[in-house]
Amino acid sequence: MSDKQEMIDGLKQIVKPYIQDDEAFKNLNEDTDFINDLKINSANLVDVILDIEDKYDIELDNESMDKMLNVKAALEVINAKVSEK
Amino acid sequence: MAFEEIIAKLPYQHPFLFVDELLAIDEKGISGTYTYDAKHNFYQGHFKDNPVTPGVILTETAAQIGVVSFGIYLLSKSGNPINEIKIALTSSEMDFFIPVYPSEKVIVKSEKEYFRFNKLKCNVQMFNEKGELVCRGKIAGMMEI
Repeated sequence: MSDKQEMIDGLKQIVKPYIQDDEAFKNLNEDTDFINDLKINSANLVDVILDIEDKYDIELDNESMDKMLNVKAALEVINAKVSEK
Repeated sequence: MAFEEIIAKLPYQHPFLFVDELLAIDEKGISGTYTYDAKHNFYQGHFKDNPVTPGVILTETAAQIGVVSFGIYLLSKSGNPINEIKIALTSSEMDFFIPVYPSEKVIVKSEKEYFRFNKLKCNVQMFNEKGELVCRGKIAGMMEI
């Protein structure tokens, strides 16, 4: 299993409590959009961000949050923050 | 920010304002009181011939003191003027222990769990005048100015 797939699986565990669309969740991939596909509300998106911070021991700012609209963008932001450490 | 200023900024009015007085406030938490006027019309229906303050109203009171009033204070710390506040309740999970009857005064105490990306999540507790725990739980909302 690649690192990327591991990260996607990790993200999948984080979003699980907040999703509304089971089908989109089952088929979660890089292109999955948190709000439009998974139907996560904006308040729970904050919880997703906080859980990501805890898991990777990083701190995300407003700019990062605005970028993290889908799985691919989230992975990019996480990788960038982790490499800054 | 003075207590009266915070109350004046609340986007509620009679019959849906459930904050009388704020007692203490800092970066970590807030406390305040409300006395349920026996004339509130929900007592006519909850329950028939047996008025008890509805749990949703207790939750609303806890939210108005513990999250919205607190949030106005925290937002004021950002230095931006507070003219219009956009708020939305996003979650509440409450446990109820004893009933609150008409004319009873309650004290709400709230502690911040986090305030990030405009979401304020708090642990709230409500006590009656005897100091007995009425209800407690977690309430969160999104707040923006």
